[in-house]
Amino acid sequence: MIGALIIVFREVIEAGLIIGIVLAATRGVHGRGKWISLGVLGGVLGASIVAGFAGAISDAFAGRGQELLNAAVLGAAVVMLMWHNAWMARHGREMAVEMFQIGEAVTEGKRPLTALAVVVGLAVLREGSEVVLFLYGIVAGGTSGSDMLLGGVLGIVAGAAFTGLTYLGLLAIPSRYIFSVTTILITLLAAGMAAQAVQYLDAAGVVTVLTDSVWDTSTWLPQSGIVGRALHALMGYNERPSMLQVIVYVAVIASMAVLMRAAAPPRKPVQAI
Amino acid sequence: MKAIVLALALTAAAGLMPGIARAQDGLTTTIKDHKFAPAELRVPAGKRITLTVVNDDATPEEFESRALKVEKVIPGKSKAVIQFGPLKPGSYKFEGEFNSKTAQGVVIAE
Repeated sequence: MIGALIIVFREVIEAGLIIGIVLAATRGVHGRGKWISLGVLGGVLGASIVAGFAGAISDAFAGRGQELLNAAVLGAAVVMLMWHNAWMARHGREMAVEMFQIGEAVTEGKRPLTALAVVVGLAVLREGSEVVLFLYGIVAGGTSGSDMLLGGVLGIVAGAAFTGLTYLGLLAIPSRYIFSVTTILITLLAAGMAAQAVQYLDAAGVVTVLTDSVWDTSTWLPQSGIVGRALHALMGYNERPSMLQVIVYVAVIASMAVLMRAAAPPRKPVQAI
Repeated sequence: MKAIVLALALTAAAGLMPGIARAQDGLTTTIKDHKFAPAELRVPAGKRITLTVVNDDATPEEFESRALKVEKVIPGKSKAVIQFGPLKPGSYKFEGEFNSKTAQGVVIAE
């Protein structure tokens, strides 16, 4: 049972971290509960569909369907995160001023929660399909099934608790810093996802250049452990990144910075409030 | 017998599909009762490797190796083609994540 709990928990914390960050980034925004729930629901539905068609997906594109799907899902999430940060760079300041003047209700409907809801959905889809397959395997396997199934379900519950902890931890940050902190977290999240996508493209044989590992920290901080896994989800920690992964990681952070600067409105003197 | 014919047909089909580096070395490992057979695979160093993993169990398995940078779900009673490398000489562990107690193996590049 403990084994099943740990396997499921490890799969769930990645999506859990992302949901926690998104919740913190949308603090005080009306309608966020609805959008994020929709994202989770859509993700679970998508995960079940992906798991159900695992065989067909695996066989697609000459046996490279799974790698290409993963790369595409990660790529889409990176684009959504970039869009979100660019939007925040453009409207964040005026929003903060309005919130201060009229109160929080004014943010209702003004912020595109769709991008973040999609990110949540994609994260749940990616990790969730593995959980669904694993749980299916337990049920199909028969022996000691119910005990392990209980472990799997507890793993999901533990993952949800972890999401709550992430959210509460981020809430402890004073509200005037929360936008900056979540912007940085979302940037690192996007960079890590892009680097992960590179690995899938390599596995699919699409991009096979600069594959030598830049460092190897697998004995110090193994990515299979809980801490390594959390850091991987949070900022794309990789125990053996390829040269190309490091380049892409840095490139995403750089382009995010450029994009946000370009999107930011020209500075004008702020009127006295 | 039937299974052997089917496996041969599948291997032939995989070889005919475009895009995959041809499995001229025919490197294959089979998952049975949550164990790899063979569990030790010898491959040439410095070359892109194509490995076929056959899952003979009814339950799905996730072939995972941080060292080889591979992560792939293989549904029950099916097979998957995995590419990795080029590798430096050395040994690279892999495992079936859903049954990692028994499903362990190693790739040795030389």
